[in-house]
Amino acid sequence: MDLTLDFPKVKAIVESSTEKVDSLIDSYAGNKEQLISLLQDIQAEFNYLPQDVLVKVSQKLDIPLSQVFSVVTFFRAFTLQPRGRHLVTVCLGTACHVKGGSRLVEKIERDYGIKPGGTTEDMRFSLETVNCLGCCALGPVVVVDGKYESKMNPDKLDRVLRSYK
Amino acid sequence: MVEQVRKLLEKRVESVAELEKLRQSILDKKDSSRICISVCGGTACRASGAEAVVEAFVDEIERRELQVQVEMKETGCHGFCERGPLVVIEPKKIFYQQVKPEDVAEIIAETVMGDRVVERLLYVDPASGEKITYESDVPFYKRQTRTIFGANGEIDPTNIEDYIASGGYSALSKVLTGMKPQEVVDEIKKSGLRGRGGGGFPTGRKWQSCLDAKADIKYTICNADEGDPGAYQDRSLLEGNPHSVLEGMIIGAFTIGSHQGYIYVRNEYPLAVEHARIAIEQAMDYGLLGENILGSGFDLKVTINKGGGAFVCGESSALMASLEGKIGEPKAKYVHMSEKGLWDSPSLLNNVKTWANVPLIINKGADWFSKIGTTGSKGTMIFSLVGNINNTGLVEVPMGITLREMIFDIGGGIPNGKKFKAVQTGGPSGGCIPEQFLDTPVDFDELTKLGSMMGSGGMIVMDEDTCMVDVAKYFVEFLKGESCGKCTPCREGINRMSEILSRITQGKGKREDLDTLEDLAGILSAGALCALGQTAANPVMSTLRYFRDEYLAHIEQKKCPAGVCRELIRYSIDPDKCEGCLRCLRACPTGAITGEKREPHILNQGLCIKCGACYDVCKFNAVIRQ
Repeated sequence: MDLTLDFPKVKAIVESSTEKVDSLIDSYAGNKEQLISLLQDIQAEFNYLPQDVLVKVSQKLDIPLSQVFSVVTFFRAFTLQPRGRHLVTVCLGTACHVKGGSRLVEKIERDYGIKPGGTTEDMRFSLETVNCLGCCALGPVVVVDGKYESKMNPDKLDRVLRSYK
Repeated sequence: MVEQVRKLLEKRVESVAELEKLRQSILDKKDSSRICISVCGGTACRASGAEAVVEAFVDEIERRELQVQVEMKETGCHGFCERGPLVVIEPKKIFYQQVKPEDVAEIIAETVMGDRVVERLLYVDPASGEKITYESDVPFYKRQTRTIFGANGEIDPTNIEDYIASGGYSALSKVLTGMKPQEVVDEIKKSGLRGRGGGGFPTGRKWQSCLDAKADIKYTICNADEGDPGAYQDRSLLEGNPHSVLEGMIIGAFTIGSHQGYIYVRNEYPLAVEHARIAIEQAMDYGLLGENILGSGFDLKVTINKGGGAFVCGESSALMASLEGKIGEPKAKYVHMSEKGLWDSPSLLNNVKTWANVPLIINKGADWFSKIGTTGSKGTMIFSLVGNINNTGLVEVPMGITLREMIFDIGGGIPNGKKFKAVQTGGPSGGCIPEQFLDTPVDFDELTKLGSMMGSGGMIVMDEDTCMVDVAKYFVEFLKGESCGKCTPCREGINRMSEILSRITQGKGKREDLDTLEDLAGILSAGALCALGQTAANPVMSTLRYFRDEYLAHIEQKKCPAGVCRELIRYSIDPDKCEGCLRCLRACPTGAITGEKREPHILNQGLCIKCGACYDVCKFNAVIRQ
């Protein structure tokens, strides 16, 4: 069955899949249980999960599209929205919380006008929060594009973020 | 290609005797007097700049052409994360902390070539003011019993030969050559080992039901979905000593007759994923995984699955649903995973630390293991000591040590002269323990009696500036976000709790709210489907039990005694103390502070958003928080 026919919204979306992603999906073909791993690989490629790619995933792995979407929206790691050039992740684990982690989120909310899960209009930053990165000794921790910034305060965070264009 | 195959065949160990031969040949090559520089390469030390330090060492060793005399090693987490990057110079175990790349040349010149100590890099004991030269003399390490965590600082986790040299895979040899499955289970039972992931279920009993379950296909699973905020020992162990976990899993799989294993690990732990992957590959190359392990005829494949970032997936049935590619919703508890788990097959799931204990128990014996700890809780436990505490890091201690020893002797007490208020254990399912119970021995049962739990071993220390209502709200908010939504008590109950707690912290609480919280707690523990919901009220109930007056202060006096809850505090500037330095004025994001240089500043309450920026930057304690 061609799922795109039943899902008119998807048709309107720009074709974002590439050969690389196609072959990636092919390599998982028939492996229903590998759905989450495949979605992680796709997200690593695009920074988010484009809808047309999800339709392909559904077809190749023979999983109903509704189930693919239920998994995508259940797990925190997945996003259906394109992310900005730089991903800022603020840790809000208990240790970071008692050391003032939430004030860092507020600082970004104030300065850049985005809430957790949001992206600035100029696509410069996306803001995410995480429940614990396991670097509790260095809290509050902020990760920018995979680089750990330890013992942060609003002032230091400001300086760090300014260096990302 | 032919060459590659030949190399692989050469590495492959075909029998227990060959493994011993290999071990001996690795040991023969090792020169115990040779200098070895080991740099901690755990996530925390890396975040503090350990990789640059490693590079600097490699460059300096090359520049001075010391490659033959000096070995360089990037090890797993040493535990004292607060002081990273950490460097230990073997064989004397000279301990340097907070090392920077620019210190490297001096370490090589002085310590490596000159056998002298670089004093300024030594750890200073805050209690005595003394400089400490050797790792084992540092109070943080001195009082620990590092049975499963000790090797972390000594071996290169990406090199299987390091693990083999330290006696690795000898427990597997023992099991494969001389023990029947039932004997292994009996040994685990006798040891008294209980699950280290949270529940504390007797491991031997779990193994027994998996062994007894009749099925063609069985699965072995390592739960490394360490979701408790404030706990990171599973990550450190998988990063620093992945083979110990793998060896435990192979023994478990052999015992129950399973040929497929999974390591379910958080995607937020990239280094742990990478090291586990390397470990599996190397174990395959050496014939310790795959087909016909050590010539025994036993086959096992282990695959890594990365989690999707859902706390509930730490629960065994939710984890297995996620492994099947479904959303992580738990199943009702009358279905035992050990009989009907992954794809409805018997599945043996244990936590990372539980698996790592298995080779030790097999090697040293159940009697050795059960001598450590208390009557109901045997062995050691790794805790992550974090929050408002001087020595932050991972500590491994025998069960039964008191909270006071842990927090004050090992942890070095509370920083900045603040007072201890509570310690939170067990993650979002645990509770807050106040000062009067500091002499309680830490084990599974004692913590439960106090309304908390062992959990995965997180210990978050809180000082007098922490608001306990805010802490309860924090955990409830956390669980609100993480509840999978399958059962009503959890989905709705936690939401209502969160609303009530928000009201209280905003000064809109009523006395009856406390009764409603207690009612909801009862419903949750009786009616929720899995442990997430059943224990969700613990943070609220334990804070209500021990810090009721703080709740009442919020409700009746509309005050937050710790000065945390924003709606209940106000900032002002003490004109007598203000030196007019302009610092707060510049820090204020809303322009609420005005004034001239060297004149007392004025804070406009109408514009203040209570972010606390002024309070943080003031050097003269002139900003008052009430």
